[in-house]
Amino acid sequence: MASKKRIQQALAFGLFRIVSLIVVGILFSILFFITIRGIGVINWTFITAMPEDGMTAGGIFPAIVGTLCLMIGSMIFAFPVGVMSAVYLNEYMKDSWLKRFVSMMTDNLAGVPSIVFGLFGMALFVNKLGFGDSILAGSLTLGLLSLPVIIRTTEEALKTVDDSLRIGSYALGATKLQTIRRVVLPIAFPNIMTGLILSMSRVSGETAPILFTVAAYFLPKLPTGWHDQVMALPYHLYVLTTSGTNMEAARPMAYGTAFVLIVIVLLFNLLANIIRKHFGRKVKMN
Amino acid sequence: MKRKWFKIIEKGVESVLFTSSLTTSITVILIVIFLFSEGIGLFFSKPIDKDSIIGISKQNTVSKLSSAQLNHIFNQDLTNWKAFGGKNDSIQLLSINNIGDYFAEEELGSSFENIPNKINEFVQKHPGAIVSFSKTYMPKQFAGKLLEINNVGVWEFLSGKLWYPTAQPVAQLGVLPLILGTVLVSLVAILMALPLSIACAIYLAEVANSKIRNILKPLIELLAGIPSVVYGFFGLIVIVPEVQRIFNLPVGETAFTGSIVLAIMALPTIITVAEDALRSVPRSTKEASLALGATHWQTIVRVCIPTAKSGIAAGIILGIGRAIGETMAVLMVTGNASTMPSLFAPARTIPATIAAELGEAPSGGLHFKALFALSIILFIITFGINLSVSYVKNKNKSN
Repeated sequence: MASKKRIQQALAFGLFRIVSLIVVGILFSILFFITIRGIGVINWTFITAMPEDGMTAGGIFPAIVGTLCLMIGSMIFAFPVGVMSAVYLNEYMKDSWLKRFVSMMTDNLAGVPSIVFGLFGMALFVNKLGFGDSILAGSLTLGLLSLPVIIRTTEEALKTVDDSLRIGSYALGATKLQTIRRVVLPIAFPNIMTGLILSMSRVSGETAPILFTVAAYFLPKLPTGWHDQVMALPYHLYVLTTSGTNMEAARPMAYGTAFVLIVIVLLFNLLANIIRKHFGRKVKMN
Repeated sequence: MKRKWFKIIEKGVESVLFTSSLTTSITVILIVIFLFSEGIGLFFSKPIDKDSIIGISKQNTVSKLSSAQLNHIFNQDLTNWKAFGGKNDSIQLLSINNIGDYFAEEELGSSFENIPNKINEFVQKHPGAIVSFSKTYMPKQFAGKLLEINNVGVWEFLSGKLWYPTAQPVAQLGVLPLILGTVLVSLVAILMALPLSIACAIYLAEVANSKIRNILKPLIELLAGIPSVVYGFFGLIVIVPEVQRIFNLPVGETAFTGSIVLAIMALPTIITVAEDALRSVPRSTKEASLALGATHWQTIVRVCIPTAKSGIAAGIILGIGRAIGETMAVLMVTGNASTMPSLFAPARTIPATIAAELGEAPSGGLHFKALFALSIILFIITFGINLSVSYVKNKNKSN
């Protein structure tokens, strides 16, 4: 009887191990495939030149610059708002219907499909406020999209700050604001930065929200201000694979673009992990 | 004095913080307002091109038709007015496409200046006539009467099986194929992802030693961060040709291909959430089970999974929500045919439709409004899913 149970357990665990291997294998074969095909395309010209010959030759420089603009632009808006919002939720707000409501709305915003953000950004920023297809409109749309992630990670970071530190600060005569600025935020800072970096990495790969707010199909020049359209890496990859003039010839360009995107995501995650390991306890991400 | 200034600054900062904490709520409300204000207009507009006019004979007792009924007339699958509650007259359609069958080219004039007269002639001659022309050709004094067209109805919109938003002169706006396409692709994806991800979560939480776990867990979380357009690209290059070859299909871009890509994308989400839920099962509960003589496997099945079930459920629902809202990957691999979906044929989802068509839809037009109405459906579905996730999570907390 006992041995039957053991056999059952061994079988089940063996199966799970194999399934897990398969899952991890599938996920990694994707990374591996794109790396193998993409790494050969990467050279100095590819990174620093404009696209040429119907996007089948040259480089992806404007798309890289565009994506960087959007990453920075969205964070200029979302980071301060997100952090301030989380500070208020965690440090000031008492447990009330309002807090539950705000919390629920933040969760809901996190679950809104990215294409709906795109539609909303177009209706509000591009049309209603008259920004047109611009870095400004795209950054604001992406900023709203990443707001829930920043709020959640900052809240988690603030929760890891021990209450005794706050009380100690009050006991020394500091005000609430002083306590937050001099005690709570410095301790939570590394984990807050982790959230920031992970949001930037997410923003770099979003395509649907920028389709109708900023992304240009082909624009071989660099942006000069907030009101310019830009190319962006994820949209460029989409264009190269689905609607280019010569898709077969553009294939190597597509592999290269996908590889650059993956490298950005990997680098940012690595950076976040390093900060996390070095400075603080782990922040949970959903 | 200094104290007083401090207080004022503190109050000021607090109100700034308070305002920013409301940003997410305001955004959700604004999203609702904008989607509805653009989309709801669809149900107050007529599905006919602004420059087109449809007229019928004066004797005709029919005076109002819907776009679906007109579609039957234009496709000539219904050829008698009896089908629309009129007299027993056969329908005779005259439009710019077939006017040459009724009148010789010389009769119409060198720059078609006689078309208005011929339209009147036609309508007076045939009691079952229906004429469809652009405004420029319609006679100033029309001898027939203008046909009224029903507004787009909510039910017609939801249950219509034809999605031809740019058809001339009447658009067909039925979103049933898109809704069913979304449901089919996501459902099959979750069915594929579910056993794999639960097994993987159990392995990571319970079976694997901490060394393996510490390597695999961050890697899987990392894979959740790979952009969807990269998954779509991979699907297009690798999975599409494979599906075509294995199932011997005319095209590889099918609903099933979309499901596979979505399943792969949903894996990290479900694994991460389910694993967290399994790990939060209290140690004492597990040890009690082991102390009673249960094997590790029995403990997992009878104790851990039931205890963590609401967390696991939250992960699954979250995965479904992601799958339904996923745009780019699905757009790239499902083939985008807006027909009633079947698993091994091209299909089209709501987000993919919006992404593919909004760029071509003139702002404020019928097609534009229809896409916003579609996004309302999508928003309501995902909103419901989000609410159920928080419900399931809260239930877990109170237990």
